[in-house]
Amino acid sequence: MTAHDMKHAGSDSARLEAVGGRLSRVDGPAKITGAARYAFEQQLEGLTHAVLVGTTIAAGKVTGIDTRAAETAPGVLAVLTPDTIMELNSASDWFGRQPSEETYCPLVREVTFSGQHIAAVVAETLEQAVAAAALVKVGYDETPAIVDLSDGSDGIPVDAMTKEWGDAEAAFAEAPVRVCASYNTPREFQAAMEPHGLIARWEGDELTIWEPSQWLDGMARTYAEWFGVPFENVRLVSPYIGGGFGSKALALAHSAVAAAAAKMLGRPVKLVLNRPQNFTSYGGRAATRQTVAIGADKAGRIQSIVHRGVNETAVDGMWVEPLGSVTSIMYATPNFSSKQNVVRVNTVVPGAKRAPGENPSAFGIECAIDELAYELGIDPLEMRLINYAEQDPHAKKAWSTRQLREAFAAGAEAFGWARRSREPRSMRDGHQLIGWGVAAGTYPVRRAYGEAVVKLLADGSVEVESSSIDMGQGTYTILAQTAAETLGVPVEKVSVRLGDSHFARAGVTGGSRLAGVMTGAVYKAAGQALDELIGLALSDPRSPFHGLQANTLQVKGGRIAAPRGDGPEFSIAELMSTLGREKIEAKGDTVPASFTPEQRYNNYTTIAMALPHTEGEHSRHSWCAHFVEVRVDEDFGTVRVSRVVSALDSGRLYNPKLAESQWKGGIVMGIGQALLEEGIVDRRHGRIVNGNLADYMLPTNADIPDIQTISVGIPDPHSSALGGKGVGELGIVGVAPAIANAVFHATGKRVRDLPITLEKLI
Amino acid sequence: MRDFSYLRVDSVEAARNAAALPGAMLLAGGTTLIDLAKCGVAEPATVIDISYIEGLNAIDVTADRAVIGALAKMSHVADNAEVKSHFPAVSEALWQAASAQLRNMATIGGNLMQRTRCPYFRDPQNFPACNKREPGSGCSAIGGVTRGHAVLGTSEACIATYPGDLAIALVAFDAEVDLGERKLKVEDFFLAPGATAEREHDIRPGEVITAIEIPGSAAARRSTYLKVRDRQSYEFAAASAAVGLELEGDGRTIRDIRVAVGGVATKPWRAREVEDALKGKPLDEATVRKASELAMESAVDHGANHYKIALAPRVIARAILQLGETA
Repeated sequence: MTAHDMKHAGSDSARLEAVGGRLSRVDGPAKITGAARYAFEQQLEGLTHAVLVGTTIAAGKVTGIDTRAAETAPGVLAVLTPDTIMELNSASDWFGRQPSEETYCPLVREVTFSGQHIAAVVAETLEQAVAAAALVKVGYDETPAIVDLSDGSDGIPVDAMTKEWGDAEAAFAEAPVRVCASYNTPREFQAAMEPHGLIARWEGDELTIWEPSQWLDGMARTYAEWFGVPFENVRLVSPYIGGGFGSKALALAHSAVAAAAAKMLGRPVKLVLNRPQNFTSYGGRAATRQTVAIGADKAGRIQSIVHRGVNETAVDGMWVEPLGSVTSIMYATPNFSSKQNVVRVNTVVPGAKRAPGENPSAFGIECAIDELAYELGIDPLEMRLINYAEQDPHAKKAWSTRQLREAFAAGAEAFGWARRSREPRSMRDGHQLIGWGVAAGTYPVRRAYGEAVVKLLADGSVEVESSSIDMGQGTYTILAQTAAETLGVPVEKVSVRLGDSHFARAGVTGGSRLAGVMTGAVYKAAGQALDELIGLALSDPRSPFHGLQANTLQVKGGRIAAPRGDGPEFSIAELMSTLGREKIEAKGDTVPASFTPEQRYNNYTTIAMALPHTEGEHSRHSWCAHFVEVRVDEDFGTVRVSRVVSALDSGRLYNPKLAESQWKGGIVMGIGQALLEEGIVDRRHGRIVNGNLADYMLPTNADIPDIQTISVGIPDPHSSALGGKGVGELGIVGVAPAIANAVFHATGKRVRDLPITLEKLI
Repeated sequence: MRDFSYLRVDSVEAARNAAALPGAMLLAGGTTLIDLAKCGVAEPATVIDISYIEGLNAIDVTADRAVIGALAKMSHVADNAEVKSHFPAVSEALWQAASAQLRNMATIGGNLMQRTRCPYFRDPQNFPACNKREPGSGCSAIGGVTRGHAVLGTSEACIATYPGDLAIALVAFDAEVDLGERKLKVEDFFLAPGATAEREHDIRPGEVITAIEIPGSAAARRSTYLKVRDRQSYEFAAASAAVGLELEGDGRTIRDIRVAVGGVATKPWRAREVEDALKGKPLDEATVRKASELAMESAVDHGANHYKIALAPRVIARAILQLGETA
């Protein structure tokens, strides 16, 4: 229970609806009855179907594309190649930086990874397009590929990632107790149930795109720039998203192909990636390697941390997975050095997957601190408390809030950590070796400015509109709660409309920022609408409240009354009718008044305007501690997670039921990362061979134990308007090291390469 | 467009006639055929739908013999009380196979025709070389990603693992497959690749599986199927064992034992070396573990699947010892 909940404990069911209440997902019924219409379910007149042809080599040149058989296949309308697809303008990147090239071709001649789009077939039916795509013959001039990190050199230094204070190398060399090891994470994929894809339709120079999106305004900007049309001419529609996990924030090459095909044919085009293409058309989490060296004194106090990281990136694109992000803030140390390189390999550009950076970073430091604890014979939980960082060790600023000590205490209590026997291999149940592990996690509070429209309608109902999105995290629900509480109306009177780029603008849904940004914007817009209603009620001669000796009115349960209850009382609908108003509409935003229109545009269509988490006097982060029990079969090496207790500090929770659900989703994903997930590359071909949901292992229900989450957060006024910190990414951070640490406790074997599969333990 | 004919038959006789057509493939639950057609491996000229034939889904079990119709659903057989009582390994193998949804659709006859999960076999577009698909084209798996590949019964032509669970139990208990004119031991029905990797089953054009027969035995009544895998559900075996045990009156000497292994061989693999080494021996851990090693005497690994050679004997031994504890 959060501190916030406790303040309201025992209050009536109205609390369920208000901010902080455990309201169930308002979009739930639409989803379980099938009424929720996803992007690919749009039925359009004259719809055509596009299928992509991918490269079967990882590096080289396309020497020729023979499209003759495909062109004459039944139902085929067009076969697009680099030579025949319309020319597009290059689009700016997500920082808003202008591209160096003037034009852009989403189909390639120079091959930089296997599965790269080389041609596309558009036909009347999907089956015709699939069949014709198989007839496209491609000639290659193949060159050797760099398939993964082990092929590359040390890579390219990313100086912007360097973080240093004190003299870390010297202090490490002098430390009486030292540990140093390397930790590796493989290429991982978001593997959302709903694939990537889109339907594109042109009407004149106006483009409508139905595409699952974590960032409608950013993607609309990209489409507008590709086709040289005004931003307002592009409408993206994405009311429901079948899982994103970071992968659905950008318009990508396949998006450009579909929109170009629609323009060229003058008919709407549907292009949905098949499952293997979902492993090669956008980037998963980059494979990473880290070396973590920790020097400590004999009491366990850290003297130095030396950290070196490397992640893979693409030949034709740059992705930096910030590996020192947790390393540099989790523990107090007088000396610190973190540096990072990237290595170019023949892969699609890696991308964001839940907690990019923090996730692998925590795997390194949270395993290393565990190793140090065993080296010293100190309990791993005690080890973390000895080195507790009372302020941000890197930014040298006070934490806005850091309930990590509380998380350790609450988690340890609920888990029964005190009953743990210290020695590895000291707990067993028959053939099962039992291990208990702990690890901490963190994620920065990413803040941005937002806007929303709130409409009070004649019937007393309320509409909230925003081009932000709900990919399952509960945006519809918490924004309804925010509007209901602010306006004093029952939550069922509020309808929230999201996922249309013609609604009030919104920035990216990523980095766990949406809830904090959008509750703030809706709070502001709803407040403005209420102010206008009350102002009219007091000033309009037709109003029953006109002339009342009051400077405000109170609204509760959808009814408006004098503040002391000594005057008339009307429903909002009655008042609106009396006032002769169809609606009261307010657009509220949290954008600084000084912003120019261009700055406002960039605020929503780039990530350049996001506020640093260390802005001003505070360092803002969410925190968590995971306690995990594993059972390892001593003969088979199979690891099963049998218990998870996690205590998390996400500040104030706007809806604890939904926050717990998100945390648990992250923990489930962390179990998959620790034990199962790995993109396996055939080194001879530079190609993923398990690019499907049978062979790319994700946990099933049977792999997941009961998970207990405990909220230890308190409202954090420095992090958001309503006091919340990030939720969505936090849950996964620290899960994999907690499991690896538990496996060590169970078996005495330290597995530093994820996933921890059975052959590493037998 | 790859067109094909669809033919629905209502008798076994009609099915046999249709199955003799060139390029004909039988459709029952569809869980294998449709999957393989979608990834471009199966290209039938004619699909013969046998799922409407009546009377082929009977499950008839006595202590002496189980006769299971080819169209019986995996989930029905797994849940059958008599199967559980007289052939527990068969029920357990089925319960641990595939997913609930697949078990509700897939049939027993179709299960025997399940094909390998080798990723190279399943991706003709990117890996044209596969001796199973195109005899003489080569094997893309050898030298590639081999973590799931076989260590027993391999050849230079093919190292693909037989993925199923049920057939492991069937082989352990000398089950037969009824093809009408012929009845074959399930063990002989499956073919190791040798130089003809494209031939996986001893089945001729015009033959239709109508039933599986399993002789009852004391070992079958005291049997189990142990499956070790990366995840707990919806996953093929890293190694599995179907084991049956009959003890002498002294309660510790092994009179009869059946051992078959899955997830490690190119076909359902009976481990007679282990059986022979244990018959007449006392049931104790050291003896069982030592004998279980014999199952891997002829094993050959291809790198990443090396762990299976260590794992499989441990699975066999655990299964035997667990049975020993259940008096």
